[in-house]
Amino acid sequence: MFEALTDRLQGVFKDMRSKGRLAEEDIDEALREVRLALLEADVNFKVARDFIRRVKERATSLEVLESLTPAQQVLRIVDEELVATLGGEPGRIDWTGKTPAPVMLVGLNGAGKTTSAAKLALTLRKLGQRPLLVACDTYRPAAVAQLETLGRQIGAEVYEEGTHASPVDIARRSVEYGREHGYSINIIDTAGRLQIDERMMDELVQIKAAIQPTEVLLVANAMTGQEAVSVAQQFHEQVGLTGLILTQMDGDARGGAALSIRAVTGVPLKFLGMGEKIEALQAYYPDRLASRILGMGDMLTLIEQTQELYDQEEAEKLQKKLVKGQFTLDDFLGQLQQIKRMGSLSSIMDMIPGLSQLTRRPEFAAALDEKQFKRVEAMILSMTVKERQNPVILDGSRRRRIARGSGTSVHEVNQLLNQFRQMQGMMKQIGRGKIPKGIAGLMG
Amino acid sequence: MVFNIFRKKEQPAGAGVAESLEKTRGGLFGAVRNMFQARRELDAAFWDELEERLIQADLGAHTTADLVDTLRETHDKRRFDSPEQAEAALRQEMMRLLGGGTVGLNLPLPLAVILVVGVNGVGKTTSIAKLAKFLAQSGRKPLLVAGDTFRAAAIDQLKVWGERVAVPVVAQGPGSDPSAVVFDGIKAARARGADVLIVDTAGRLHTKINLMEELKKVQRIVQRQIPDAPHETLLVLDAVTGQNALVQAKSFTQAVGVTGLVLAKLDSSSKGGVVFSIAQELSLPIKFVGTGERVDDFAPFDAGEFAGALFAE
Ligand SMILES: Nc1nc2c(ncn2[C@@H]2O[C@H](COP(=O)(O)OP(=O)(O)OP(=O)(O)O)[C@@H](O)[C@H]2O)c(=O)[nH]1
Ligand SMILES: [Mg+2]
Repeated sequence: MFEALTDRLQGVFKDMRSKGRLAEEDIDEALREVRLALLEADVNFKVARDFIRRVKERATSLEVLESLTPAQQVLRIVDEELVATLGGEPGRIDWTGKTPAPVMLVGLNGAGKTTSAAKLALTLRKLGQRPLLVACDTYRPAAVAQLETLGRQIGAEVYEEGTHASPVDIARRSVEYGREHGYSINIIDTAGRLQIDERMMDELVQIKAAIQPTEVLLVANAMTGQEAVSVAQQFHEQVGLTGLILTQMDGDARGGAALSIRAVTGVPLKFLGMGEKIEALQAYYPDRLASRILGMGDMLTLIEQTQELYDQEEAEKLQKKLVKGQFTLDDFLGQLQQIKRMGSLSSIMDMIPGLSQLTRRPEFAAALDEKQFKRVEAMILSMTVKERQNPVILDGSRRRRIARGSGTSVHEVNQLLNQFRQMQGMMKQIGRGKIPKGIAGLMG
Repeated sequence: MVFNIFRKKEQPAGAGVAESLEKTRGGLFGAVRNMFQARRELDAAFWDELEERLIQADLGAHTTADLVDTLRETHDKRRFDSPEQAEAALRQEMMRLLGGGTVGLNLPLPLAVILVVGVNGVGKTTSIAKLAKFLAQSGRKPLLVAGDTFRAAAIDQLKVWGERVAVPVVAQGPGSDPSAVVFDGIKAARARGADVLIVDTAGRLHTKINLMEELKKVQRIVQRQIPDAPHETLLVLDAVTGQNALVQAKSFTQAVGVTGLVLAKLDSSSKGGVVFSIAQELSLPIKFVGTGERVDDFAPFDAGEFAGALFAE
């Protein structure tokens, strides 16, 4: 969909390289591309402008202009500035100084607060805490029931008083309840609200005053547009935020809102929400988000997610195979199985530069369709070990045998082999070290 | 017979609509207007500021550049005598992007089916309740189908709304097959003489292939029962969403053939400017706007009215 920034910059810098030296106009041209990428990623207009200004100041220093590798230098500056703006350390939750420590989740309607509350409870429990979920959304129909269902799913208790009590009172009483029952952290789910709704914002102020939380986390959707800035600013000014959770990062939104929010409030990004299933929140790493905002893929997260599911040894084996270009049909089947387990092929593929277009192709979509997947599996399982290792030997008669054995058609077998060849090609490229580690590595 | 609800004389006026548009134009287009009025000259700084305003309204870099370029070219050719002329030209161009006019719903008798889709949390279920009331008030007999069997308490949420707007809801238990629920819904609609079936679906990211396939299956089931159904497949967008809304519109259109948009949360401080790109690239009509959490915060979208209001005093 969006032409990758990498491609565009490569174009700009290729012209420059042929000239040998970098002039200020060259940098302007490159930064125009960066600016466009930021805007496409929904980074706020003003934030993008300030950002480009800062990069330009550094990039037009003599040191850069006269360096032998000016293109890399410029990109390194972009990367460094981006990572610096996004913040240094992956965030943590502060539960010190109080038992139970109240943690409030606030945000716009539909941002993902309730799901995040349950995920946070799970995350904190893994850290040895005893979280209590508190249902303070008394407005949206069935919001209390939603939190209760999620609580049941993860085996966490939910404190609720229905929808008639005031959220301020519920929050206050939940702290007493938590203290009496030995909970260490109260996670307060509040109703979604617009930052321009004074009455509703005032309610948050009152809840905060009543329970003195150790954390007030803004839950924001990664797809948020230009207004992310004023949303975060208003919540910060009125309620005082201590951190940000960015949700729906499993989609393909580039998440520029995070940069905007961080730039205008200085509030640290703490966690990412990566799916509808209630699983632990993901810690957030500025360098990965930086490449995603620039549209350069997020290889590190991908590698990590894959590793979580593979055992370490297997991951290393695959890595070696990738480097040597020995990716076989067995591995292909293994990959499909892994990806199925991870939920969505495209969310994984979107993390790899260049692959996202591929996932939009119908063949790939089809391969993951439940029925289709079974057929692919059957076809590969109908092959001999030799054939799986070395599909080149699959001539017409072998293909017919496989089709018969798997109850499919030769056409389908051909299709599978084509798909596999494409995938193999890509894997080779990735294996050859085309994995971008930050931006600096890209231009070499 | 095609029943165009918008042609009905008596239209229940969504209470919050005028108010929200007020906010929207106060926020952005009011500013654009002030810009036009405050300047005597359309210099480089003017065009830059216009660009900034449009981008901040989420029109996106491309659509903004197109708009500003078009306007600039017109200016170069025939010189706007006044900022008002430039403003009128911009408004006209934006109207052109939106396609102009009001596009009604195609809801033939005896039974029409509306499938409501979108990513998580955009306002699908709320919009369904609003739409149900809207249709009931225009003399239709809606029936709601709780097709979101996945999200915790989604079924309860729709039931609560059904009670509030006095429209019956067909539901099965959590985790049941959405297609089966829809199948039941169609049977129930026929048995009870309902003439519009509105299907709530679970929020899903357009990138999740298996979930998009599930949606296609729901569509196939509907088709098998009623060949030309679903008569409307409405994609709900959250006005707060930025450029990703265009990707959403493309993906859902590709998967299930979206027939129109519902732009929810227009009462927020966001302007939903990405709909200009969507309208331009996909020619999808915006059919309704949501302007608040209450059931009456809802109205048919009217491009002329919208663009007009954006530039009104
Ligand atoms: N301010 C405002 N809030 C809205 C509007 N429409 C919906 N909401 C709120 O947005 C939140 C999500 O709405 P839902 O209708 O549950 O959204 P959904 O798309 O059905 O959500 P899922 O089924 O979870 O994907 C709720 O808090 C609604 O009250 C609107 O027009 N304005
Ligand atoms: Mg819903």
